[in-house]
Amino acid sequence: MRDQIILRIAAKILVGPILLFALYVQFHGDYGPGGGFQAGVIFAAGIILYALVFGLDQARAVIPMGVVMWCGTLGVLIFGGVGVVAMLMGGNYLDYGVLLHDASHAQHIGILLVEAGVLVTVFGVMVTLFYSFAGRRRAG
Amino acid sequence: MESVVDLALLGLLAVTAIAVVRVRNLVAVVMLMGIYSFLSAALFVVLDAVDVAFTEVAVGAGVSTILALGTVALVGTRQQRHAKSPVIPLLIVLVTGGMLVYGTYDLPRWGQADNPIHGHVAPEYLADHVPLAGQDGEALEVHIPNIVTTVLASYRGYDTLGETTVVFAAMVGVLLLFVGTGGRRGASARGAGGGDDDPDGAS
Repeated sequence: MRDQIILRIAAKILVGPILLFALYVQFHGDYGPGGGFQAGVIFAAGIILYALVFGLDQARAVIPMGVVMWCGTLGVLIFGGVGVVAMLMGGNYLDYGVLLHDASHAQHIGILLVEAGVLVTVFGVMVTLFYSFAGRRRAG
Repeated sequence: MESVVDLALLGLLAVTAIAVVRVRNLVAVVMLMGIYSFLSAALFVVLDAVDVAFTEVAVGAGVSTILALGTVALVGTRQQRHAKSPVIPLLIVLVTGGMLVYGTYDLPRWGQADNPIHGHVAPEYLADHVPLAGQDGEALEVHIPNIVTTVLASYRGYDTLGETTVVFAAMVGVLLLFVGTGGRRGASARGAGGGDDDPDGAS
């Protein structure tokens, strides 16, 4: 689709706001609808739109396959890691209350970190799936 | 008024589902599935479940449609006709559906305040308190207005960790299936200087 000027310009205009909106959904999840799952998918959708219009190779140059695969793994590690840190600090697994002195702030921080883990994993997995599907050539 | 909206959305859902079954062009089927997702999301909004609606639109209508289109690009757009008679599958579907409808008669009335689901843990969650273990059992406000986020990430943190792991497992599964065959061949072709990759990927 690289010769379609309208699609190209529209995609160029849209990709930035889509990524920004994903971050809004992520960090506004405490106050309105949204959270790590939705934000991860929206962030991935921005990258996928870029890949559809500018080509898979171009998108892989921006975010290589290796990076998104690592993202998919890293997010689960962040999530599980928060639980382990809570245990090391004397609480139960995934008990955020012990992370800081003020337990209410600790809940906020715990939820923020855990949602960040979800975002990173969902984003990494969605883009990995897209790269895998789109990278295969048609059989026969 | 709300029941009019409900009926209109449910009617459109039924029409879309029938169209999905009858249409043979797989690209059209994928698009209809996207419409189905959007209609479900609209129903979730009517039910005040905006977080679920958000997820349904982003995952069901967005990414799933793209992945399904990518699959259609690989396998072709025509659905093959089934030679078998549809009587037995239809019978199974009707019997299962009938049993499910029969089962709904035992459910408590929808939207009643004294339903079991509202008396279990929900009041505690809705009170916007997180009881913290190891601090003399004192309850503590978390001040997170979106109760869905609190339930998802704090009260039900184990479940969400499990969900995240399932998403991760999906990636591992797809990579095991794909990188083992097509990807490696593509990589070796590129290594040998064969630069004839489809520049637009799925498109």
